This record gives sequence, structure tokens and C-alpha cells, in this order.
Amino acid sequence: MVRTYLLLAWTWLRASAQYPVSLAMLTLGSFAVNALDVAAVWVVFQHTETLAGFGLAEVMFLYGTADMAFALADMLFGNVDRLSAHIRAGSFDVMLIRPAGTFVQMATDRFGVHRLGRLAQSAVVLGIALPALEPGWDRAWMIPVMITCGVVIFASVFTLGGALQFLLTDAPEVANAFTYGGNALTQYPLNVYGEQLVKAVTFVVPLAFVNWQPALYVLDRPDPLGLPHWLRFAAPLAALLLALAAAAAWRAGIRRYRSTGS
Amino acid sequence: MIEVDRVGRSFTVGRGRARRTVHAVRDLSFTVGAGEFVGCLGPNGAGKSTTIKMLTGILAPTSGRLRVAGLDPTRRRTVLARRIGVVFGQRTTLWWDLPLKDSFQLIRYLYKVDRNDFRRRLDELTGLLELGPFMDTPVRQLSLGQRMRGDVTAALLHDPAVLVLDEPTIGLDVVSKVAMRDFLRRLNAERGTTVLLTTHDLGDIEKLCRRVMLIDRGRLGFDGTLDELRATAPGEESLEDVVARLYTGPAPDAPAPR
Repeated sequence: MVRTYLLLAWTWLRASAQYPVSLAMLTLGSFAVNALDVAAVWVVFQHTETLAGFGLAEVMFLYGTADMAFALADMLFGNVDRLSAHIRAGSFDVMLIRPAGTFVQMATDRFGVHRLGRLAQSAVVLGIALPALEPGWDRAWMIPVMITCGVVIFASVFTLGGALQFLLTDAPEVANAFTYGGNALTQYPLNVYGEQLVKAVTFVVPLAFVNWQPALYVLDRPDPLGLPHWLRFAAPLAALLLALAAAAAWRAGIRRYRSTGS
Repeated sequence: MIEVDRVGRSFTVGRGRARRTVHAVRDLSFTVGAGEFVGCLGPNGAGKSTTIKMLTGILAPTSGRLRVAGLDPTRRRTVLARRIGVVFGQRTTLWWDLPLKDSFQLIRYLYKVDRNDFRRRLDELTGLLELGPFMDTPVRQLSLGQRMRGDVTAALLHDPAVLVLDEPTIGLDVVSKVAMRDFLRRLNAERGTTVLLTTHDLGDIEKLCRRVMLIDRGRLGFDGTLDELRATAPGEESLEDVVARLYTGPAPDAPAPR
């Protein structure tokens, strides 16, 4: 599976190298667009000292971890959200005749390094936030754990969105609300949103575990909404459960696949 | 090699009140033995492609039992993929932006073909299909005839026991068509590869297929040799007229309930 992934990703990279200008422009564009996001955070802090009780460095920490997880998930698996285009073009049929999993083939489809732009930018943000926060090693160990879990959670959301397209071939954008929407949501401290929404993204679509709950642990903060303390260690469990749900949905989608005419 | 037993596939189309069920294939049964060369005819929308898609594991049947090379195509899709070759005349299985030889190399890895076997087979196929001059050309720049030869090569590099082709000669010029037919005939005769193809080109049927199946409205309308096909319409001069008469005739009977 990993071998097939690397092989196909490398193939697509070489294919994209056929258009070097396009590759460079996309990478720069991705960096620039995301830099605007950071600028928005900075503008907010020109008007206030804290956002929902969190200082600039803390918000940048939340932003950086959310974006790093999202950028990695988007680069490694984000292409599955183009499933409906492949179904309509009939190219999904071609994937089904290959001796490789459809998920790996979809995930690597048009794999490109242009998404590294976003990753680089989130690394810059974390590079600024972390020295300012200076979390001790007794708590900083959570950072790689939370980013890993964040990648799994976002990848699962992408996969669920892709699986949905087996049913709704005409509406690939429905899934974007949860993928790109989820990314935008987790860039800020969750308590700026209403309590109902926070509970929904904690217990229904577990986006709160991408960074919010584990970050409360890293930053050694009480939960502003008073949710149980153990939740900040529950990210691996939430990621696992969501990944299992996503895998089941993908399989169910394949069984329901209808192909196209001709 | 291929066993189809009372296989059906229906689709639900439309929404709300307009919702209805379309039976693309119903109660289809046939078997194809090792080394056979079978041509599949039928009007547009008769269920030929649906049948091919079920045989190759793309679509799951809604009823009945299917076996290809002893495997259930839906459950053992990736295992089956290593034993069959599939060519779609209407779309390519190659990588659009890669040179032809890179696509082949990738197929070698995906299908885990031994390096020496691969080299030998690729040389052989390159010679037979005259691919040499455009091995370094990206697939998107190939003509349809060149691309089809590339697609056929790609489908055979792992030496499959069964080759399934969905309209392999569609859009090809006369010379390319003849070359393609010669190649398929030799493949079947010399290597013993089982070949199943669908076509609208009766020339394919006349030149290649010892056995003809006609699928009409999701059922098997005819299954026999070319001579038997001609005998269904005595007095008709050309094969075209014979087939046209079958197409416009009454729908094939549903098999008697068991």
C-alpha cells in the first residue's frame, strides 16, 4: 500500500514536471493565499490583546497546528475529493481494473508538490508561535501527536466526502463544507464559536481533536466550556474511530458504484 | 474461464415520482472456455458494456453468480486484475502526460511483473505492434491508432489469461483495424489467450470470432458460430442484414423459470 502510494505519487510528480511553470505558480500561489490567512489573524490582534482569552502566540499556535495537519492531509489524501469528476469522465473505471486499491489511486491522483506551499507557511507560523510560548517538554510531546491525529482526522473527512460522491455525483462541494470549512474552523480558538457548535465538533464530527483539545493540554489551560479534562487526551481515539468510519463508507461506496453509460 | 450464471444488473434512475428501475442485464447466462475467441454484438444500450464491467469487477451484479478465471470479480477485484487484461476503445488506461515507455514501466511495478519477463514481452509487443518510434512520446500526443496499440500492449504486459476488449477497433482507420485484428488473432492462436470483445464492427466478427453472442435488451439473443448466425436468416445476403434482422426482431424470451 505504501509502496504503491509512493510509486504512483512519484509518477504524478514526474508528469507534473512536464509543466514546470504551472508547478511553480501553483506552489507560490498556495503560499501566498495562505499568507493572507495569517495576515487576517494579525489584523484581528491589531484591535485586541486577546481573542476569547487567548493571546496572539497561542492563537498562532492553534492556527499553525491546524494548518499543518490540514496541509499534510490535503497533500497526501486531498485528491479523493475529485472522485465525482473521475466517475463522470469514466476514468474511475480504469482505476478499478488495476491491481491496486482505489483509495490509493485516488489519493495519489495528480499528486503535486504545489501543496507544499501551505505546509511551508504553517511551519513558519509555528516557528514564530513556539519560541514565544516555550512549552515545557512535559507538555510539548503532545504536539507531534496532535498533528498526526489531525492529519488522520482531516484525511478521514476527505475520504468521507469522497465516499459521499458515490451517491451524490453532482454535488462534490457538499464535502468541502467539512474539509475546507473544518480547516477554517480549527484555525481559531473554538470558544469564539457557540457552545452548541463546539459540542458538535467534539462529539459528532470530531474536529475539536485536530488541535483544540490537545492544545488546551499543551498550553495548560482549563477548558473554557468546562468539558471533561480527559478529552484532551482523546485525539488518537477520535482519529481512529473517524478513520474506521471513513474506510467503511469508502467500501460501501465502491459497492454502490454505478459507472457511466457506454 | 468465464462463467456467467443468471446474472442481472439493474439501476435505479430518476428521482421522486419519476424513479424507476432499469434492468440493463437480466438473467444472463453463458460460459467461455479457455482459448476461445468470442465476439459480443448488440445494439447500443443492450447491456454489452454493463456485462463487460461486471466481468472485470468494475460493477457488482445485483443478482446471479459470476466467475472469471475462477474468481468472483467483485470480491477478488485486485487479484483478478493481475490475471486479466482490459482494453477500452473509448478511453485510455495509460497516463496522459507520461511517455509511453514510462506508462509501461509503471504497469510493470503495479502488476509486479518480473523484470526479464517484462523486457521480453515488451520487446515482442513493441515489434508486433510497431510501437518503437513513439515510445518516448507523451500519451496525449499520440494518434488514436497509436494510443490503441499502446493500450493493448499495456493490457498484455502481465501476460493475462483472458483479454477483454470493449470496442477495440472503434474510430480506427482501415490499416490500423487490419493490424489490430491480425494481432488479436495471433495472440489467441499462438499464446492461447482467451479473448472476449464487444464491437459494432461486423468485420471484427467475420475476421476474428469463431463464436458470436448477441446481447439484446439485457438478455442473450443468440449464441453460436458465425455459420449458425447466418443460418438464422436464410436468404439474407450480408452479415449486416442478418444482424439487423436479429436486432429488430422480437425480444429474446426470458428463460423458463426453474
